[in-house]
Amino acid sequence: MATANIQPVTPLREHIDEGALVRKANRSDSRFEIIGLGVLIVTMLVLLSLIMDFMVDGLGRIDGAFFINYPSRRPEQAGILSAWVGTLMIMTTTALLAVPLGVAAGVYLEEYAPKNFITNVIEINVTNLAGVPSIIYGLLALGLFVQTFKMGQTVLVAGMTLSLLILPIIIVATREALRSIPLETREAAFGLGADKWQTIRMYLLPAAQPGILTGAIVGMSRAIGETAPLITIGALTFIAFLPPSPIQPEFPFLSLEWIVSPFTAMPIQMFNWISRPQAGFHINAAATGLILLAMTLLMNGAAIWFRYRIRSRR
Amino acid sequence: MAQIVKSRSESSAPLSIADAPRRAEVRNLNFFYGDAQALKSVNFPVIDRKVTALIGPSGCGKSTLLRCFNRMHDLYPGNRYEGEIRLYPEDLNIVSRDVDPMYVRLRIGMVFQKPNPFPKSIYENVAAGLWVRGVRKKALVDERVEFALQRAALWNEVKDRLRESAYGLSGGQQQRLCIARALAPDPEIILLDEPTSALDPIATSKIEELLTNIGDQVTVIIVTHNMQQAARVSHFTAFMHLGNMVEYDVTEKIFTNPAEKRTLDYITGRFG
Repeated sequence: MATANIQPVTPLREHIDEGALVRKANRSDSRFEIIGLGVLIVTMLVLLSLIMDFMVDGLGRIDGAFFINYPSRRPEQAGILSAWVGTLMIMTTTALLAVPLGVAAGVYLEEYAPKNFITNVIEINVTNLAGVPSIIYGLLALGLFVQTFKMGQTVLVAGMTLSLLILPIIIVATREALRSIPLETREAAFGLGADKWQTIRMYLLPAAQPGILTGAIVGMSRAIGETAPLITIGALTFIAFLPPSPIQPEFPFLSLEWIVSPFTAMPIQMFNWISRPQAGFHINAAATGLILLAMTLLMNGAAIWFRYRIRSRR
Repeated sequence: MAQIVKSRSESSAPLSIADAPRRAEVRNLNFFYGDAQALKSVNFPVIDRKVTALIGPSGCGKSTLLRCFNRMHDLYPGNRYEGEIRLYPEDLNIVSRDVDPMYVRLRIGMVFQKPNPFPKSIYENVAAGLWVRGVRKKALVDERVEFALQRAALWNEVKDRLRESAYGLSGGQQQRLCIARALAPDPEIILLDEPTSALDPIATSKIEELLTNIGDQVTVIIVTHNMQQAARVSHFTAFMHLGNMVEYDVTEKIFTNPAEKRTLDYITGRFG
């Protein structure tokens, strides 16, 4: 046994002053706490003052009529009806396109793709795409969807453009969520004789659900405020009509025509009003900004609630 | 095998609890996870430089008791201690609210059930506790690392690959590395929470052998499910059941002539 010839060693216990170590740790802990709290307060104050600024300018302008009026030449009669309906339609299209595609791509890359050079190239590109400026997506969409495919400046094209923009976010979130599932879950499913798709559908996707949902919402929150790509593809800034309703009084009662109609959206309406010289429009812009903020907050709130529901059901 | 199975206390002079020097003493210790009481007025002494085993069926509170000794429960909200664990020689109550958990952990080391080396080199793993304590002098750290690895009976296997990742070691080697990591800073007590439950019999026997060897130099408290293991490595044994300390005595006495019927039932496999 090796223990027999262990050489005597400098006694260590006497040289360590536990009390001093604890005092030092407590000092550096409280120093860090103060710095952290300070940073948090400064950040929150900046954000809060921004929101307060919007509120001071715009809160008084928000009333029922503001939601059901079309834009107008007279600022006090103008409203955001076409803008919020447009945003709602674009976000629906974006969600329907980007979430299934993004989750499918993420599942493929994580679970099915062979680990080779081409997969690596794709992976690196997907990750990088998340950081590409949004106007580049707008230019791509203009060249491809609008000019080459002649799809027009429609809700569908807007949704497709924003989907491109947020796909990388959803793909990366899906992969991260799948990767964070403990190996044991995977082994338990395969050990039962489940095939790959059963394992994914019954055990991996449910476990990854909160992570995927977070990614989807982060993506959608980014998409809802995007102006540049929509302007690039040629969104109209003055629309005094609504796209045809998806629900129709006559057979077959459902219509998809809204998908191919021209559109405007909240950030575009805001951008348009801000660039006007009249002060009344600036107030409108602040009010629109406030509503856009509220929409984003609502969306994030819904995501947190869903995630909580999913987790508490386990 | 037969010679390993014989209890520790047979091999040396008879042990007595009354006049053995104490390193710590648990007095009327209650512990609560939220509203659930996990320990009920536990009392027992921890004899200096001897191995004390905690045995009992699953859920009896032995791990909970062990984790009180370095205030692991303080990491999670809603946990509450009542009573005392006196640490000698200065007679300090280490579960008192006034004692910083970090202070306790600097003096009492812990080895966990599953090997949990850091994703760093073997050397960095063993040196971690020294660096945490501000010991930076290279010669001293080198000396302590070698000493700890030798005590953990791992030195000969890793001395040529100290700079390699600890993840390259087998499960049993990783657990001995964790023991070396706990031993390196020269703790006053070392706690082991079922250290061999994730290991095969060969790795287990190596760890038992090293415990036998360090048992006369360091105060050890070990939780184990394996009664043969308790008999092989410990000088003193405490049997716990449903949060109560049923019986504490010299290991040989517990396994040959226990005073309580519940202890007898457990060690003869009638329940648990």
